[in-house]
Amino acid sequence: MDNKRRKFLKIAGLSAIAGIGAPAALNMLMKGNVQASSPHGHGDDHGGGHEEAKGHGAHHGEVKQGKRYGLVIDVHKFNQTPGLAQKCISACHDTFNVPDIGNKKDEVKWIWEEPYTHAFPEHSHYKRNTELHHLSFLVTCNHCDDPPCVRACPTQATFKNEDGIVMMDFHRCIGCRFCMAACPYGSRSFNWRDPRGMKDGKPFIKKVNPEFPTRMRGVVEKCNFCAGLLKKGLLPKCVEATGDTKAMVFGDLNDPASEVSKVLKSHFTIQRKPALGTKPSVFYII
Amino acid sequence: MLEKALQGNAKYWSWVGFLLSMMGLGAFCYVLQFNYGLGLTGMSRNVSWGLYISQFTFLVGVAASAVMLVLPYYLHNFKEFGRITILGEFLAIASVSMCLLFIMTDLGQPIRALNVVLHPTPHSILFWDMIVLNGYLFLNVVVGWVALNSEYKGTHPPKWVYPFVYLSIPWAVSIHTVTAFLYCGLPGRHFWMTAILAPRFLASAFAAGPALLIILVLLVRKFSSFDAGDKAINKLVTVIIYAGLINFFFVGLELFVGYYSNIPGHMHTLDYLFFGLADHDTGIIYNNLVPWMRTSVIMGVISLALFGCKKTRNNSGMLIVACALMFFSLWIDKGLGLVLGGFVPNPLEYITEYVPSIPEIFITLGVWCTGFFILTILYKVAISVKTEAERLS
Ligand code: SF4
Ligand code: SF4
Repeated sequence: MDNKRRKFLKIAGLSAIAGIGAPAALNMLMKGNVQASSPHGHGDDHGGGHEEAKGHGAHHGEVKQGKRYGLVIDVHKFNQTPGLAQKCISACHDTFNVPDIGNKKDEVKWIWEEPYTHAFPEHSHYKRNTELHHLSFLVTCNHCDDPPCVRACPTQATFKNEDGIVMMDFHRCIGCRFCMAACPYGSRSFNWRDPRGMKDGKPFIKKVNPEFPTRMRGVVEKCNFCAGLLKKGLLPKCVEATGDTKAMVFGDLNDPASEVSKVLKSHFTIQRKPALGTKPSVFYII
Repeated sequence: MLEKALQGNAKYWSWVGFLLSMMGLGAFCYVLQFNYGLGLTGMSRNVSWGLYISQFTFLVGVAASAVMLVLPYYLHNFKEFGRITILGEFLAIASVSMCLLFIMTDLGQPIRALNVVLHPTPHSILFWDMIVLNGYLFLNVVVGWVALNSEYKGTHPPKWVYPFVYLSIPWAVSIHTVTAFLYCGLPGRHFWMTAILAPRFLASAFAAGPALLIILVLLVRKFSSFDAGDKAINKLVTVIIYAGLINFFFVGLELFVGYYSNIPGHMHTLDYLFFGLADHDTGIIYNNLVPWMRTSVIMGVISLALFGCKKTRNNSGMLIVACALMFFSLWIDKGLGLVLGGFVPNPLEYITEYVPSIPEIFITLGVWCTGFFILTILYKVAISVKTEAERLS
């Protein structure tokens, strides 16, 4: 028996060593797998050499290599132009064949409006100015620089592309919904039923846009920052819909000369749940 | 050996017939779900996991609890478990099978399940869960079957099987740890984000699993001539008492951290589970899990009292009651509250309540019955072999 016990202890010891080594190995593997994180990857987070990095403390610095698209939403401009938010939503949902299922439970949405209390639940709501409470905020996928959804996905059906956009591969997704549990912003929708179907003779997708695939049931979807249009040098549909109101400004956050960078430099903006370390690429001027 | 499963009396066959018909009903509902989509269930955009994943989580624990027999028997040479270790391993096989089935029923695109293997993704915990669960299934099938086969032939188990036995011990811990990691590493889900989740999972597993095992062993004693022996059962009771106490201690720790820190995110789900949570905007109170969770606490306390008292512990009728109470208490705690509660409120602090649909419940029952079907067949074989071996010697 003693012999057996010794054998076990050996195995137990080995597994303990493996256990200690695993996080390091995992970290290495993650670097290899989170596509389009900068070539210097996580190491740079500690470097602190960047302006932003210094301000936030070494561990929360954002990495400034490569492209990283971002969006600034000016809430007051939206407020001044009634119906503008709705225009943005329709522009998006019509382009991407987002179905209107007609009930909350099975709802699919890429961009939508939320009141302040729900868009920023972690901020204090006590004695805020009344205007703020009547504003509505467009919310969508934040295309986080450190996206938990990508970390969670077991098939890489959701991944970060070379422009920092968090994308979906509808043909690879197995519909496990781990990404939905992982996203701290509720940005993801699942196709609980066939989005190509209909109810009471009314199709869920009113008019199919042949330029973008419709989805099948059982996969997850979300905003893709109009990655396809960006490739063609166009702006995202929602940004386009704001016309020249400047209610939305879109561009490369890592390019100091871009309009979005300039706006961010000269305005006070907030992100949703910055404390979680996801590094959202969507900012709000409030 | 499998032919032993084909010999049985009328009671045996009617039980098997019952299980098969429930499995058939579950399969029928699954076809409905497959054709309509997961919208057929009660799950929603805000509560995106439901009964399937919560049953999966609970059953991983039942599977892991086999280690409470394997470890004393093989490592500490606790001979009394010799007669029932195989029953623990077979319970593990049935439980892991249910786990895998629950994952499959929960997938939106089950046909693509192999993508997890085709595109291995080490930064996803689900990838590791797939590995440890299948590995554990493999280990228990090998160890259980080889051990039983040698008993069948009247020989000692071959030497090569021991490394698998020893490996299965840390492996059992790993399956539940990795399953806890599915939850506790998600930013923005406060209720799950606690380092104590894995130990708490293990504690509740080591109470719930042996509780179920005692019930099974007592049933076996009633329906066959195979008796596990009181010593083995008493030892299991000790395991349940300690694991149960540790589990409730952990629950208490969670409550302390939540309420003493007074951080809203940490209190919301606890409020929802035990007292009801009021909606920010409307003031409506949501509390559909409160009766369940309170029942769970009461059941757990009564069960511990019954286990703790010598008189009730030594009465096999009361022992079954105590075990059943413990099992259901922890089933509610982990098989309902833990997973469903984590989604309330959602990341935007909306409250959506979840109620499973009828087909969803039948699919769930179908999977449970499939597990019990596997268990019945395996136990039938094991007990026939064991009683025969004992008659011969
Ligand atoms: S907002 Fe959610 S879905 Fe979008 S990248 Fe971040 S975690 Fe992923
Ligand atoms: S649902 Fe699809 S995208 Fe989300 S984690 Fe699962 S496989 Fe990945």
